[in-house]
Amino acid sequence: MITVVLLGKLADLGGAPSLSLGAPLDWAGLKAALPETLAAVLDEPRNRVALNGVLLADKALLQAGEGDEIALLPPVSGG
Amino acid sequence: MMRDIRLLDAPFNPGALVGPFTNANPGLGGVCTFVGEVRPDAAVEALELTHYEPLTLPGMHALADRAFDRFDLMGLLMVHRVGLMHPGEPIVCVSAAALHRRDAIDAVDFCMDHLKSAAWFWKRERRAGAWHWIEPRAQDATDLARWQG
Repeated sequence: MITVVLLGKLADLGGAPSLSLGAPLDWAGLKAALPETLAAVLDEPRNRVALNGVLLADKALLQAGEGDEIALLPPVSGG
Repeated sequence: MMRDIRLLDAPFNPGALVGPFTNANPGLGGVCTFVGEVRPDAAVEALELTHYEPLTLPGMHALADRAFDRFDLMGLLMVHRVGLMHPGEPIVCVSAAALHRRDAIDAVDFCMDHLKSAAWFWKRERRAGAWHWIEPRAQDATDLARWQG
């Protein structure tokens, strides 16, 4: 399984703070497996993606496998 | 070098941190402390800060590294709350000790501008029983720009 952690308002769009999805997943596969309202905003540049705690420079190149954790990060509202 | 960077998930007393921090920097010429609290606002019942463990604390450490590189510091304390908070509770405490006041004051200002606009925190407020996410403000980018170039 792959854990998908949803931060900020993306958790509202996804309906939960984290989801478990079957491995493997690329960017298109991830979007297809997520609720439509969430998938619809993920390509916006301001929404960033981390794989196993490391920010991806280009989220479209995502390749996640068994046991990986994907985090979907909307713009921060600061401290 | 005194360096204390922490995330806390329960209420804290900044004074109880700043005293020992100051004592841990013998020979300092000045210490500057900023404490941010949840602003009392009649409409806001509660504030919740979420973070992402793999990014948030490492990001605060990277910010501390930059502060030590940029200013002549003896010590730096950076403590940030996460979780559910109520008006009047401390959210953040940054304290810097240095030989000279300008380094201490500017380091705190630098850390606060970056914590407020670039750190990995997501905030929402509960108003009339409903949660509302807080969006980034234009002022945050302006504050950050002060430190560039």
